[in-house]
Amino acid sequence: MSIPMSRRSLIKAALVLPVVGVVGCGQHEDARASGPIARRFFSEAEQRWVEAATARLIPDEEDGLGAGGAHVALFIDRQLAGPYGHAHRWYMQGPWEKGTDEQGYQLKLTPAELYRTAIRNIEDWCRQNHQKSFVELSAVQQDDVLHGLEGGDIKLADVPAKAFFTMLLSNTVEGFLADPMYGGNYQFAGWKLVGFPGPRYNYVAEIEQYGKPYTQPTVGILGRDGSLLREG
Amino acid sequence: MATRLKPVDVVLVGFGWTASIMAQQLTDAGMQVLALERGKFRDTVPDFATTQIQDELRYAVRDGLFQEPARDTLTFRNSMDQTALPMRHLGSFLPGVGVGGAGVHWNGQTWRFLPEDFVIRSHTEQRYGKSFIPPDMTIQDWGITYAELEPHYDAFDYLCGVSGQAGNIQGQLQIGGNPFEGPRQRGYPLAPLKRSHATVLFDKAARSVGFQPFPCAAANTSAAYTNPLGVQMGPCTYCGYCEWFGCGNYSKASPQTTILPVLLKKPNFSYRTGADVTRINLDSSGKHATGVTYVDEQGRVFEQPAALVICCAFAQHNALLLLLSKIGQPYDPKTNTGVVGRNYAYQITSSVDVFLDELMNPFMGAGALGQAIDEFNGDNFDHGPEGFVGGGYIALWSTGGRPILQHQLPEGTPKWGAGWKKAMADNYLKSASIATHGSVMSYRDSYLDLDPTYRDIYGDPLLRLTFDFHPNEHKMSGFLTDKAALIAQAMKPRSFHAKPRTGHYSIIPYQTTHNTGGCAMGADPKTSVVNKYLQCWDVPNVFVMGSSVFPQNAGYNPTGTVAALTYWAAAAIRDKYLKNPGPLVQV
Repeated sequence: MSIPMSRRSLIKAALVLPVVGVVGCGQHEDARASGPIARRFFSEAEQRWVEAATARLIPDEEDGLGAGGAHVALFIDRQLAGPYGHAHRWYMQGPWEKGTDEQGYQLKLTPAELYRTAIRNIEDWCRQNHQKSFVELSAVQQDDVLHGLEGGDIKLADVPAKAFFTMLLSNTVEGFLADPMYGGNYQFAGWKLVGFPGPRYNYVAEIEQYGKPYTQPTVGILGRDGSLLREG
Repeated sequence: MATRLKPVDVVLVGFGWTASIMAQQLTDAGMQVLALERGKFRDTVPDFATTQIQDELRYAVRDGLFQEPARDTLTFRNSMDQTALPMRHLGSFLPGVGVGGAGVHWNGQTWRFLPEDFVIRSHTEQRYGKSFIPPDMTIQDWGITYAELEPHYDAFDYLCGVSGQAGNIQGQLQIGGNPFEGPRQRGYPLAPLKRSHATVLFDKAARSVGFQPFPCAAANTSAAYTNPLGVQMGPCTYCGYCEWFGCGNYSKASPQTTILPVLLKKPNFSYRTGADVTRINLDSSGKHATGVTYVDEQGRVFEQPAALVICCAFAQHNALLLLLSKIGQPYDPKTNTGVVGRNYAYQITSSVDVFLDELMNPFMGAGALGQAIDEFNGDNFDHGPEGFVGGGYIALWSTGGRPILQHQLPEGTPKWGAGWKKAMADNYLKSASIATHGSVMSYRDSYLDLDPTYRDIYGDPLLRLTFDFHPNEHKMSGFLTDKAALIAQAMKPRSFHAKPRTGHYSIIPYQTTHNTGGCAMGADPKTSVVNKYLQCWDVPNVFVMGSSVFPQNAGYNPTGTVAALTYWAAAAIRDKYLKNPGPLVQV
């Protein structure tokens, strides 16, 4: 899918992402301020699944926005639609063998394929065991499913659950803490939570001010507007 | 059918640190030098500009400046009874690709090896007895001494504008420097970097438990600098994006910031990018190289004739090229014969994370901004009671606080959920990590050879790595980790978390890009690929650079020694080889 992101020409029907916490940001208004954003990789159901799962991994709570408010699902959608999702840099020739834990990733699936297959398998598992979709489960039940994937106690039909969980958690943390131009860390939600001021470039005057807080405002590579999304 | 090109005097395989140094020295000697680089041209502007380089996701997480396994990888197994499988994406180590090589994305941590490191077998046998070395440990003397290398270490320090505090100038110990280092002819060209809060606390704590900490030598400039080639560098701004990034500020030494502005203007130097060397060509005697074969980005094959071939690729790749070119006898661990691929080694690292009450502001840093102790490196302490060979330094580095990969969380923190999030908020600004950086000895069953199954994009076999940590290394690393924990405790933290390296070596988590061996140097052709001048015993017009020639690894970062060996080899080529081409060492 390559839907141009010009603000008013968005297709608002089926291919939309629900957006949380939208705030207009002055001149450099993000596409998100004007409405939902087109998905590039996920189906609508997959998108909802990833939103639900990442919201458990980094919950939105009173201590600050989590994966939902930081738009981590949008970040993951963009990553899976791009070179990473296609394992562009990876050695993907066979033969394929399971290998030992020390030998690392040995699946024939690209990250995008692993997400698609694993989400389908987990949905099947949830319907068999809870007669519901993952997104319809309570938070406690969702956490139990995620723990089951993490520990490998839940066996999926086509892929190793642990491998998928490891990738999902890594991508969630990335989406929470990467530069906001990739779609996550919306309005510096992740960076503000931890206190990282962004790529500020010059700390010559501050590095020896031991114990003092750094007070300059947070910046991203595209500037102080934490809602910018670099598309394309 | 390969297109035959016009001959040159010297062809360099790769165009990173060693090729840049070699090219500078040999063009000065009047030779026509060509570097063949499989990657792309890169320079400070536009490739490392601060408007784009400070991007943790693109460079540190998605490997923006590193080798792509899709084009070049290796297979890996822990032991000879396993089937090696491909390293499908990078993890444990991160080789570079493109002009400048890994010299673009290194930290700038610039160390010299100890005088004893170069004579480790004879020194260990003399001090502790022959039986102190386990029978399967295949360590050997380098065939060169620290004193021979010292002028070349010095040349690299001054090329890079290294910031540091000398510990030993011509035998006189210097206050504030590393008292254990080998004697150096003069101090560093620049004063040490400013210190971060965490390194100040480390320094105080280390002193309080009786150690002698010192500022680590940094190829990050503490002040404006003009090097002996006339190339200017600007003072570091402590932005925290050295390691795994290029420097946008002309402050981290790299080929681009120290040599290329001069080298690229020379009429007797040229380079080609997108040129992937697949073979060193030999004449019918098998004892003389005629040049190299390379494939360009369009898949066209070229034969580049040269009087001298110098392998300047990343460590393992040099070994691969010799194996594919049938230069030297391949190592066979079953019969313990042959040399090419023998004595692969690595380093063993561990850490102790420290959680403090005060703000550390970890995002202010530089790649080689650190404070270290060297009491437990090399043979700086009595190994007799400890029962292991080797050692390492313990340091607190403030390389940056990039939040995805550089956060520390207290022991027992959940991996996700509200507890993880709260721990991130509570600890990111108030934590630091003490690193141990330990040697790895070479062993009969740690080696490189050609994989029987997996192939690269040209249909050639991938290199196969067989490697695991041995009990000697686990013991040594545990010893270092305990010492690091002593310092951590003395920092009076809220809590600290010792993370020793246990279990099998894994290809997954990043540990270090200090891979060594495969083309070991030495005095005996039965146990070495190259002689003390880094010249192939079997094919005297082929030389091999880089950490591939280390017969085992020491407890320091390798770049200083890699560079010094390159200057040393260049001097031998200029002063000895050119006058009388042929073997520089007779046996």
